[in-house]
Amino acid sequence: MSIVTVQLGQCGNQIGHEVFNTICSDVRNTHGLCSKKENESYRDACKERFFCEEQSEVPVARAVLIDMEPKVISQTLSMAARSGYWKYDDGSHFCQKQGSGNNWANGYSVHGPRHKEAIMDLVQKEAEKCDRLGGFFTIMSMAGGTGSGLGAFVTQCLRDAFPTSFLLNHVIWPYSTGEVIVQNYNSVLTLSHLYKSADALLVHENDVVHKICAQLMNIKQISFRDINQVIAHQLGSVFQPAYTAEGGLCYSRNPLGDLMETLVPHPEFKMLGLRNIPQMPENSLAYSTFSWPGLIKHLRQMLIANAKMEEGIDWQVQPPRLGSSIPSSHSINKPLHFNTSIANLVILRGKDMHSIDLGSFQDPSLYTSWLNPKDAFHSWKTLRAFNKYEKSASLVSNSQFLLKPLDNIVGKAWNMFASKAYIHQYTKFSIEEEDFLDSFTALEQVISSYTSL
Amino acid sequence: MTQSVVVQVGQCGNQVGCRFWDLALREHADVNKEGIYDEALSSFFRNVDTRSGGDGPDIYKGKICSLKARALLIDMEEGVVNEILQGPLRDVFDSKQLITDVSGSGNNWAVGHKLYGSQYQENIVEKLRKAAEHCDCLQCFFIIHSMGGGTGSGLGTFVLKLLEDEFPEVYRFVTSVYPSGEDDVITSPYNSVLAMKELNEHADCVLPIENESLFDIVNKIHQMANSGKLGSTVKRNSLVTSSAGSAKTAQEKPFDAMNNILANLLLNLTSSARFEGSLNMDLNEISMNLVPFPRLHYLVSSLTPLYTLADVNVPSRRLDQMFSDAFSRDHQLIQADPKHSIYLACALLVRGNVQVSDLRRNIERLKPSLHFVSWNQEGWKTGLCSVPPVGHSHSLLALANNTCVKPTFIELKDRFMKLYKKKAHLHHYLHVDGMEQSCFSEAISSLSDLIEEYNELDATKGGPRTDPSRLKIAV
Repeated sequence: MSIVTVQLGQCGNQIGHEVFNTICSDVRNTHGLCSKKENESYRDACKERFFCEEQSEVPVARAVLIDMEPKVISQTLSMAARSGYWKYDDGSHFCQKQGSGNNWANGYSVHGPRHKEAIMDLVQKEAEKCDRLGGFFTIMSMAGGTGSGLGAFVTQCLRDAFPTSFLLNHVIWPYSTGEVIVQNYNSVLTLSHLYKSADALLVHENDVVHKICAQLMNIKQISFRDINQVIAHQLGSVFQPAYTAEGGLCYSRNPLGDLMETLVPHPEFKMLGLRNIPQMPENSLAYSTFSWPGLIKHLRQMLIANAKMEEGIDWQVQPPRLGSSIPSSHSINKPLHFNTSIANLVILRGKDMHSIDLGSFQDPSLYTSWLNPKDAFHSWKTLRAFNKYEKSASLVSNSQFLLKPLDNIVGKAWNMFASKAYIHQYTKFSIEEEDFLDSFTALEQVISSYTSL
Repeated sequence: MTQSVVVQVGQCGNQVGCRFWDLALREHADVNKEGIYDEALSSFFRNVDTRSGGDGPDIYKGKICSLKARALLIDMEEGVVNEILQGPLRDVFDSKQLITDVSGSGNNWAVGHKLYGSQYQENIVEKLRKAAEHCDCLQCFFIIHSMGGGTGSGLGTFVLKLLEDEFPEVYRFVTSVYPSGEDDVITSPYNSVLAMKELNEHADCVLPIENESLFDIVNKIHQMANSGKLGSTVKRNSLVTSSAGSAKTAQEKPFDAMNNILANLLLNLTSSARFEGSLNMDLNEISMNLVPFPRLHYLVSSLTPLYTLADVNVPSRRLDQMFSDAFSRDHQLIQADPKHSIYLACALLVRGNVQVSDLRRNIERLKPSLHFVSWNQEGWKTGLCSVPPVGHSHSLLALANNTCVKPTFIELKDRFMKLYKKKAHLHHYLHVDGMEQSCFSEAISSLSDLIEEYNELDATKGGPRTDPSRLKIAV
């Protein structure tokens, strides 16, 4: 089944481009460290998911590029074509002349309805090219105007037009010290709307990825390109083909569906965080070896202690002792920094799989009480190494990972809202104070649900 | 890609405007080596086929034929505009883009606004429409004028009002040169305050500039360039005040250096809209992020570096210095000290080879020394444009919505009141048809209200921060 990617706004298009780049170069990579047959199988599965090979010499990405101003899209299209290994369909983009001005209301109430038909036509065309549509993957930031506002509108339209398809939104959270002054407003409005239409929200925070670039990748002058490449690597590690069932004979054909099934058991809990280890500069790869037990131990502790990367993990944090009674307010018994999960998915790529024991992830104390741990934890595997990493382990987690960042954003937005600053910029485009209040209420609800885990 | 139209009004407006077009051509010539009319050029210039004499049709692609500025030149006396039309830039302006008269406005806002306003209204509207029609997607009008005189101040603000009526969707950015205390025009306080009311009500963003600051900056550069200190040879072309390499070959006039600074300001402001970068900042984003309340739309600007040294220094130290300078008192284009007042919002637009990590590092470094209003503690808007200005490897434009503009307005109000109490020179104004005493009282009250709003914000400084309590959800 194929995934149609919708790239929205400057951020969405820049990241989308890196994602396809990473996936394509991974597939072309002959260091799969596995049998030729395995490699071919992997390549075919990947191609089916992300590329369409009709009449052109190079694979054509299954993507729709949307932006309200032309500069980024034309750059993205030409960079892809220049690579010579893949490209975008020349007709699959939509842009206008004037951007959204960082104004969510402009993106949602003005550009959305105005361009709905044209955009949905493009999406429909792309969807029809798929033999079987596996769902939609949208990439956007929530700080700006187009990715956030228009993105929220398009997500709604996708949900209306394709009610039974899976819909995963990849959302970039801006630096907390600000890239855009009204980013907290835009974020609150975006998240509350996406929560209604999407199946799940997969989140990357700029602050976190920046730290990874600085401390793990040793990049001195970090550019957005570096950040986007790390994000692309992490996304690739989730979406490249893997075996979902134990002893499965072929690569899973329904990646989005599998993801939703394993991670989103309840519609109130849709926030997914992503961790991937190891991460290191490319030229260090040849000199490093890892063991699966080591990687798994680190990943588990990163989950429990809510660590953002594999350095600086707090090893003191431990799950509460089981055996104590489980009263309804049992969350009080948990140590303060402990990260409770609803569901977790571990994806392992690389050689020597036989020695792997994932029992530690099935420990019931990691999870909230109303799910059976057997249902809460899943793992996917493949022998085929990913993106030159001999071993790579990813964790997609529906847990309290994002609780604190979300709370911060809502807090700051509320603070600004209390002074009514900038509200006139939104009411200009028919987003009223009431709409803000609705969004705040919706997100406080989400915060409350995750807190009470 | 969007287009902008520049409306230059009065002597000051036209002289600054002239420098702007000169430098814009220089900047594009530096970037656009193949002579192809591209999107970046189209934001300020039209490409016209003039071979058949006069104004041919617009050419949207291909080689550059003849570039025409998207501008409207308005002056009620002919001297300045005539000089422009006889100078090296004569071909850049379309003869139909001019509105001139002979006698000038006599430093009288009422003459500029009421008399000439009504007289030329139709003409102005027609020419504006024409300019707008030539644009595929008109995003912004830039008005350049001074506040102290008659034409720039009076007619300039009249045009502002017209723009709001005729083109409500298009942003109106105004660069206003405020008179200094020792201004030789006695009635400049009247003119300025009357103009302020219009700016309060009809502009989207105002960039106030004071001649004193420009003068200080010019002096500083002059000292630096001529100091002969070891290792301090300034790179040619890199002065923010220089027109080296531009069309102007004649003797540089005294105001030229100062006007060049303003021209560079406008170029940097629009750079991210014209050229590519990893984090674009369009003009509508500036208005969105920097104007939290409709009337508080006065932005203090600063440009750094003022010059680039010729020898190769440690790059990142120079970079960090550039950021520090942007917040220092002597780099602001009005007499103000933003560090000791409250920031409502701040925008940093970086050009050249600067990455997001450099930006973040400097924001972290400078944040503790700046006071931000309680509801916008992290109020930063950032933009990265990859094309640096001519002669520099990187540059920074800082725009701040900061209460430090208040002293400028208070001074203005004081000077106004000094004259008004004695009713000095009032009869010159009241003579003009359509002008009444109420115009004065409304104007001063508008200014007082504005000052009051800034006062309220200043009062919050240093007070205890009590965040409003969050919504409670029933579990």
